Amino acid sequence: MRHLLDTDTLSREDAILILDTAAQMAATQEREMRKLPTLRGRTVVNLFFEDSTRTRISFEAAAKRLSADVINFSAKGSSLSKGESLKDTALTLQAMGADAVVVRHWASGAAHRLATSGWMHGHVLNAGDGTHQHPTQALLDAFTMRRHLVSEPTGKALEGLTFAIVGDILHSRVAGSNIPLLKTLGANVVVVAPPTLLPYGMTEREDIAIHYTLDDALDAHELDGIMMLRVQRERMTGGGSGFFPSPEEYTRLFGLDGDRMRRMPDHAIVLHPGPMNRGLEISAEAADSPRSVIVEQVSNGVAVRMASLYLLLAGEEAAE
Amino acid sequence: MTGTVLGAPDIARALTRIAHEILERNEGHDSLVLLGIPTRGVPLAHRLAARIAQVEPGFDPTDRAGALDITMYRDDLHRQPTRAIGETTLPAEGIDDRTIVLVDDVFHTGRTIRAALDAIKDLGRPRAVQLAVLVDRGHRELPIRADFVGKNLPTAKTERVDVHLEETDDADEVLISGAGSKGAGA
Repeated sequence: MRHLLDTDTLSREDAILILDTAAQMAATQEREMRKLPTLRGRTVVNLFFEDSTRTRISFEAAAKRLSADVINFSAKGSSLSKGESLKDTALTLQAMGADAVVVRHWASGAAHRLATSGWMHGHVLNAGDGTHQHPTQALLDAFTMRRHLVSEPTGKALEGLTFAIVGDILHSRVAGSNIPLLKTLGANVVVVAPPTLLPYGMTEREDIAIHYTLDDALDAHELDGIMMLRVQRERMTGGGSGFFPSPEEYTRLFGLDGDRMRRMPDHAIVLHPGPMNRGLEISAEAADSPRSVIVEQVSNGVAVRMASLYLLLAGEEAAE
Repeated sequence: MTGTVLGAPDIARALTRIAHEILERNEGHDSLVLLGIPTRGVPLAHRLAARIAQVEPGFDPTDRAGALDITMYRDDLHRQPTRAIGETTLPAEGIDDRTIVLVDDVFHTGRTIRAALDAIKDLGRPRAVQLAVLVDRGHRELPIRADFVGKNLPTAKTERVDVHLEETDDADEVLISGAGSKGAGA
């Protein structure tokens, strides 16, 4: 692996290697001394064109636990907000000697452009590009699922398990990364969304089950896990840009409450990439139940990002 | 020189002797912890623990033998293809104030042991750290020596020493092969 850009091109072997490595990284995070010397002298740049506290601090924690130097470069109050192009930013980072660049950008494909343009030599990790992909989020979700649902998980995938992804599939890069990764790992994917929030062409796919209400999906499938996506305020109503009539209707048709949660098998887990809208896509009862792994997803995120940085940065430079 | 230098009975004898030497040196088993370095140090540590338990019935061989992965402490990470990270398993009570015996199959440059000492430093503060190896092939690059040695094996730098164990390779043997020939394993 040279870059981590999306989950479409991530092979099954590499995906399992990242999950296995993350398991060892997670084990080191339970020690008293959590810092490892592995990436000493390497520089990781967090390049954030979009606000994101959670992902940025997760990558920052991961890089620091591996002893890499971290430089945070965010849009607000920097040359990025003065209209500098991605190319000039990349040339600057190259000149500063960045070994890896973690990039979050509002434009889909920005990470790919940075990785393939030849503007810089560093490894690129996509931390979310537009409505396209957010691969480390999908990997931490898969890691969390595997940890809870697969016995003796090392070396294994998610064969035969069924997961529902509920919400704004159209704009969600979390869904965009999770669907290909879950398919690669052998899981069954159930998508639940209003018809207006499905990407073009998804209804024709035969390898994904699609439902237009959460109740239909709960009736039709024995779920092993359910992932609730965040409903973004700007997608709701008004100005002809609304994708569904009202938040209340969304909650009635797609929200996960205690009753709906209890209709899933007892072992099924509840995931959410955060930040949650309590009372909109998920009720407090579901979010705070013992079946919710939402807080664990955050700590697993650090382990998965440590594994990704390790696998991209620790090997010899020639490895392409 | 090419061929088998130690067979299964030789390895068994060497491990039995090392087990007794460990007990003699430490005047008992009270604080002993055996940590194998993956891959082949781990089964060797378990074998040594089982032998110690035969002599000292109070010694719990499953709790007192573990594994210490040193991948993330290596000084040659940048020169090699990315290595998979192995598992570290420690006794439930940790390693503080214990006497750790590091166990590895082949003792060569000493760099693996240096990495292991760094890894131990991050895990706790043992009272002492000792080193047991099945084969010492020489060519040290650091001022590190072994406390317990199964067999001293003078080699040329170009030669290759391979330890095979039942647990990992379906046979107990130590092989040496001449310059230029490259076998599997480490």
